[in-house]
Amino acid sequence: MGREGEVIEQLLPEFERRNPDIHVQIQQLPWTAAHEKLLTAFAGDALPDLCQLGNTWVPEFAALDALTDLDSLVARSSVVRAEDYFPGIWETNFVDGRMKGIPWYVDTRVLFFRSDLLSKAGFQTPPRSWDEWQRALAAVKKEVGPARYAILLPLNEFEPLLALGLQQEEPLLRDDGRWGGFSSPGFRRALDFYTQMFRNGWAPSLTDAGISNVWTEFAQGYFSFYISGPWNIEEFKRRLPAERQHDWMTAPLPGPHGPGASTAGGSSLVIFRSSRHVPAAWRLIEYLSEPVVQVRFHELSGNLPPRRTAWQYKRLAGDVYARAFLDQLERVRPAPAVPEWERIANEMQLTAELVVHGKMNIEEATRELDRRVDAILAKRRWMLARRKPS
Amino acid sequence: MRLSAIAWGFVAPALLVIGMFFLLPVATAAVLSLTDFDIYALADLRNLRFVGFENYARVLQTPLFWQALGNTFYFVVVGVPLSIMVSLGSALLLHSRLARFKPLFRTALFAPVVTTLVAVAVVWRYLFQTRYGMVNYALGQIGVHPIDWLGDPRTAMPTIILLAVWKNFGYNMVIFLANLQAIPEEVYEAARIDGASTFQQFVHVTLPMLAPTLLLVGIITTAGYFQLFAEPYVMTQGGPLRSTVSVLYFMYEEGFKWWNFGTASTVAMLLFVLIFAVTWGFTRVTKNEAGA
Amino acid sequence: MRSFVASAVVNGLLLGLALISVFPLLWMLSVSFMPAGAASALPPPLFPRTPTLANYQELFWRAGMVRYLTNSLLLAAAVTSCSLVFNSMAGYAFAKLNFAGRQRIFKALIGALIIPGQVAMMPLFLLLKHMGLVNTYGGVIVPAMAGIFGIFLVRQYALTIPDEIIEAARMDGAGEFRIFSSIIVPLLAPILASLAIFTFLGCWNDFMWPLIVLTDDKLQPLPVALASLSREHVQDSEMMMAGSVVTVLPVLVLFLALQKYYIQGLLVGSVKG
Repeated sequence: MGREGEVIEQLLPEFERRNPDIHVQIQQLPWTAAHEKLLTAFAGDALPDLCQLGNTWVPEFAALDALTDLDSLVARSSVVRAEDYFPGIWETNFVDGRMKGIPWYVDTRVLFFRSDLLSKAGFQTPPRSWDEWQRALAAVKKEVGPARYAILLPLNEFEPLLALGLQQEEPLLRDDGRWGGFSSPGFRRALDFYTQMFRNGWAPSLTDAGISNVWTEFAQGYFSFYISGPWNIEEFKRRLPAERQHDWMTAPLPGPHGPGASTAGGSSLVIFRSSRHVPAAWRLIEYLSEPVVQVRFHELSGNLPPRRTAWQYKRLAGDVYARAFLDQLERVRPAPAVPEWERIANEMQLTAELVVHGKMNIEEATRELDRRVDAILAKRRWMLARRKPS
Repeated sequence: MRLSAIAWGFVAPALLVIGMFFLLPVATAAVLSLTDFDIYALADLRNLRFVGFENYARVLQTPLFWQALGNTFYFVVVGVPLSIMVSLGSALLLHSRLARFKPLFRTALFAPVVTTLVAVAVVWRYLFQTRYGMVNYALGQIGVHPIDWLGDPRTAMPTIILLAVWKNFGYNMVIFLANLQAIPEEVYEAARIDGASTFQQFVHVTLPMLAPTLLLVGIITTAGYFQLFAEPYVMTQGGPLRSTVSVLYFMYEEGFKWWNFGTASTVAMLLFVLIFAVTWGFTRVTKNEAGA
Repeated sequence: MRSFVASAVVNGLLLGLALISVFPLLWMLSVSFMPAGAASALPPPLFPRTPTLANYQELFWRAGMVRYLTNSLLLAAAVTSCSLVFNSMAGYAFAKLNFAGRQRIFKALIGALIIPGQVAMMPLFLLLKHMGLVNTYGGVIVPAMAGIFGIFLVRQYALTIPDEIIEAARMDGAGEFRIFSSIIVPLLAPILASLAIFTFLGCWNDFMWPLIVLTDDKLQPLPVALASLSREHVQDSEMMMAGSVVTVLPVLVLFLALQKYYIQGLLVGSVKG
């Protein structure tokens, strides 16, 4: 999907050279439609052999029994070695004790910011706690004036709010994903923190369709902070004009009391059960898991390798923008591993939108959200109860 | 071979296709609406439960369904009259003896009808962009503050209505035009002799003679507008704040985004009943008026 | 003098409406030739200052437009040819051939016109899945091989064919199918032309069903590909405009060339008498 879909073509010639008997056909999907498309393909028995899956989707497809178990393949492999992977990421691929995917790259969200505008507003270093962040945002807003903003938080993207929610102590879903936990004090604080950014005029009430070109706007200072992922390192380097290249930097997300957690995202490579070319697919997975190839992949796409060895290569170790990510990866937390997560995250964002537009206050919104989430999880509760007759 | 048997041979292929790929699924949808068919059932049919009218009860208690219904009604109640008025108006203009370059104008006014909705929705989205869109720029020239057309819940649906009217008015215009041309000149002559002004001619000659067409056009346009889907899908994804979620969009999300075929079929059934009721009501009301 | 003013008003309004109708399409064309990022400027440009074919190149080389174009052509052609055959046969039969229940079946079909097609979508998807047609061209073509509206159009037109011609041919000993192919079809030519255009346009512009049934982007027709491109590349306005041009131009050209038939078909059944 996305940028990975575009760059993988460049990695394939080497693979096909080493494996002349294997020919790989790529199909690209846009992220916004990938989830639907994959489920449609599942429903229509039209899945590919190998696929990139967002790691929050792995539990869902595992619940559909669509994924091949990879434990034995991993055990026999000399390339894919569990110890070399960031543990938090490796674990997101286990469902019911079975390995269902191999991490391909990690993704988390950090702050991208205009260091020059921040420094003009009086802050020489990026904020590390919510307090500092609020002060920085207020200062930047004052500096840029009423026609511009301090931070861009597209209202249709749930990752920033999710990260803030994951920074809290209480889990987002209670009782092994049976009930919604959004009415907890922690999430309410996170939601309040998020929505106040709009209330205070620090963030524009826009969806990503309302911004015609994120990079142009960032370069023009329309906003100074942006929460985004590793792919944007390359995009920023590519698309920002030369005179702006020294004016931006990345930093880990501030948390309530100091550097905070962020989403443990990323993609895994999975083999669908319907595949009739499992050994060939596995060889492609092994190839893409080699540290050298992972570093090359990083060069092409900006995505970050999930293996520590890859991070030791000069290319990554020397990239100043990647440092924030390396730091953040020590503090990543996964989203709840339930198949319905995609839908729940959507509901969460919709509720946030309602609060931003003043249709509900935080209390009502979180109670309503929990009500909806409980309804969404009803079937899951029924299925879990059925599984354990007690 | 007997004639009737051969006749069946003529209709059989078409009837087979329609029966198997339309009527049968419609009937099945009714059944599906009574189950909780979802992604778990898709994986394993044993996870399917028969739930009777529970889906209906649940959907009718879902606030988003009512919002979708409200949005759709908004679209229909504002869009249909607007569309018909523009169609009728442009037909009258084209029909006028004073109009020049008729074929050229007719082609221009009809062009939007044949364009692909998705392509046009994409263009519209850029035209109505808050900062760089043509529309806001033009409005800005006369001193109007930039409007966040597609980002403000109050203006998103009106924007979609504008798009629908722009795209479709040519269709009904052509129908009106043909019917206007079918009104015999003598009737107008008679009215003029009686001293009727242009406006009176319109009210007492044109409108009554167009009445059946107006009804037909009204029904078709209404039924069509209830099926609003592509515009929200391409332009707003149902937002902002679900203000552009139509009944069909809601159904699509339930069915093909979240794979709750049971719920989606319920919504589809409800939509069908709704369209049927409205069009039936239409015909009833106008029959009564015509009778009285 | 009054007549001049009135004429100016009428033509002025028509001109205004025509401009409104056509402006978005012209603007779309214009922006498609602008370099990337040029459209996101204030004031929004009407014409490209430095026209370029880069967007089209990008579309055809990187985004695979040729494939989507081919898919659209293929699907539209297949559906049109097949449905012409099926619908014309059925329409003629409903008009001129007697069989049991003819009137009732026809009335039922007309009644079924009111059912929104989307009601059938979920079960149809499951049915096609069992037939192995999901994510194939067949999934789009097969359900569209016949349609109630098409049958209706042909039947209305066929009603105007004088019975004597058919009777005469029968008395000459011609078989029913022979009569149909050599006599009826030529007589139906105008409505068949209209139906062909309608069907082709309808299929070309169809969006929701291909969106659902075709997951493989290699099979997708233009509208679906455009929609997914537009979600992914919401930032690249110029390229999206080029995509829209490629999608709209063929049908616009087709329409301009064959207006007469399209409009005529539209009017059958809508005009009294």
